[in-house]
Amino acid sequence: MSTTTTKDHPHLAADFNRDEPRVNWHDETLWWVRAKRDIAAHKLPEWELLRETASQIKFNVLSNLSTYLEQFEANATKNGIIVHWAADAAEHNQIVHSLLEQRGITKMVKSKSMLTEECHLNDYLKDHGIDVIDSDLGERIVQLANEPPSHIVLPCIHKKKEEIGDIFHEHLGSAKGESDPKILTETARQHLREVFLTRRAALTGVNFAVAETGEFVICTNEGNADMGAHLAEIHIASMGIEKLIPERKHLGVFLRLLTRSATGQPITTYSSHFSKPQDGSEIHIIIVDNGRSIQLGREEFRNSLKCIRCGACMNTCPVYRKSGGHSYHTAVAGPIGSILAPNLDMKKYADLPFASTLCGSCSNVCPVKIDIHDQLYKWRQVIVKEGYSPKAKTMAMKAMALTLASPTLYRMGGKTGRLVFKYAPFAVNNKLNPWYNQREMPKAPDESFGEWYAKRKGAKNS
Amino acid sequence: MRVALFVPCYVDQFYPKAAIATLELLEKLGCEVHYPKNQTCCGQPMANSGYEHLTGGCNNLFVDNFAGYDYIVCPSGSCTLHIKEHLHADGKEEQATEIRKKVYELTEFLVDILRVKQLSASFPYRVGLHQSCHGLRGLRIAQMSELVAEPFSKPAQLLDMVNGLELVPLSRQDDCCGFGGTFCVVEEAVSAKMGKDRVADHVSHGAQYITSADLSCLMHLEGILRRQNSDVKVIHVAEILNHSMQ
Repeated sequence: MSTTTTKDHPHLAADFNRDEPRVNWHDETLWWVRAKRDIAAHKLPEWELLRETASQIKFNVLSNLSTYLEQFEANATKNGIIVHWAADAAEHNQIVHSLLEQRGITKMVKSKSMLTEECHLNDYLKDHGIDVIDSDLGERIVQLANEPPSHIVLPCIHKKKEEIGDIFHEHLGSAKGESDPKILTETARQHLREVFLTRRAALTGVNFAVAETGEFVICTNEGNADMGAHLAEIHIASMGIEKLIPERKHLGVFLRLLTRSATGQPITTYSSHFSKPQDGSEIHIIIVDNGRSIQLGREEFRNSLKCIRCGACMNTCPVYRKSGGHSYHTAVAGPIGSILAPNLDMKKYADLPFASTLCGSCSNVCPVKIDIHDQLYKWRQVIVKEGYSPKAKTMAMKAMALTLASPTLYRMGGKTGRLVFKYAPFAVNNKLNPWYNQREMPKAPDESFGEWYAKRKGAKNS
Repeated sequence: MRVALFVPCYVDQFYPKAAIATLELLEKLGCEVHYPKNQTCCGQPMANSGYEHLTGGCNNLFVDNFAGYDYIVCPSGSCTLHIKEHLHADGKEEQATEIRKKVYELTEFLVDILRVKQLSASFPYRVGLHQSCHGLRGLRIAQMSELVAEPFSKPAQLLDMVNGLELVPLSRQDDCCGFGGTFCVVEEAVSAKMGKDRVADHVSHGAQYITSADLSCLMHLEGILRRQNSDVKVIHVAEILNHSMQ
């Protein structure tokens, strides 16, 4: 386990935990966001009804996806938007590249899109000689640091302002040691203004695509999607097939839920509707499957496609807060990422459904009521059955199952275990036992409850 | 009322006092308590590790031990939840279904079935209540902080009946302790950190004891407290409710 790419969640989380003050800071920052979410949610007496409504709307969408996709395509086309279909990440990237290549464009500005992270678009375009600049501030920071985002809403939540100051000093020419957020933001603003003014192509994500009208909505707090899209001659929007909602009126439900869940704000600063291109410019939308229809076909995991990418499950997840987004080694980290990733590559992400205590907090903050922790449990069963669990673990589990299915073996094992604890503590209190690393083992009593009960019963009968 | 006492394997082997307290408490409250002697484990350690398909033996044994009682009561939210959600047995599905409906965690049994309104227990200490996730979010023995709904807590309701006991407030009332079954060893770094942070919340609010309806969480927190040479002790809620009871 020498390189980062081969490490799994437990090892990456252990690396993150070497710096405990940093873990505390990360944990407290995200807890602060979760607390803000709680305050925002509790201000709406109808909160739980909103969640249920959103969940049902998405259920309808997933049950009739092909109908809504065709409806959206027809209406978007009528509006003058050019619709493309991509079966997977490779096809998506090729479509983006060919659109740029046809126009001789070598520089593009991009606002935040987790789908393009999932498709590794930036790397692909870089390899094909296209320069991409991320215009979301957090995304830009991690891009300059040559890192992936660690959170879907707060991409550089793992970085302290001093570290951002260092990055800006190196790349954007701010003063050495400058860490005042206002000054750093102004530095980024000046830098991005030049980018917005000169880029001929802009790529954005899609938060909601409305089947009824053929329009799509992008939510940002910085207005960066609008800045890029309005000034460019070609606007490319990348969306997953699950981003649809049936009617425009449904936006009222989702826009109220999205940002309250994400950051505790009542609504996103900019919720921009794109329905048709301006004169002299083009809008292209790429509708991407990339494994989603497979997930749609997995009945137990279908609900994961309801996700509106608010990140609330990450903020509330005690494991995410204490292990950092990068420990999930996938574009969408945290609990929701852990039920999405195994669908894409079960072997590579076999560790992720186990990166949870099944505490269930994720399912309860989810604005579209995805049964995240139940799906984590179900993925564990699938992954083991498909043979992606360590052999030693399988052997141990088989031995355990055999022992626990036999009262005699169980009693013998229990008694032996307690004797070992008592008379040979070194057998368990050693570095081979991960429990003992930071915790004492339980003390072994002289008798089990079963033994006590047998005596008591005997005494009562006599 | 014929009540079967379901004592989880690790409680049986490591925390018999909690099981004894549960038994005594139920008897004092007028239940006819039976302890089916061939019980072992609910099968959760295998199931949560992805080996649900290996739990057939445990499930069969559980049905053989616990079929036919009016209620099954367990001093562990986690094991109760596992039975409630996952107990199935080939050829005995009818009995398994009955068991899933009749199994109760101790504090919910006391509040919802026995409707205990007063206790003569006394425990003059400052106590932190750890709301276990499986009890809280799985069995709903208390309201979780994420939901917009009226708060309640069955364990806290019972602890409020105990003379001299003072429940301490916590900064994060229902954050997970990080035990998580095999998670505690597979993800040792995060698990231990989560446990340390839970302990710190209780300690910083002056708790002398940490209690819970789940001993698995307490076992984890106890391991951390003892490593820190702390004076703070863990105690199962049954031991408090049974303490000095007449």
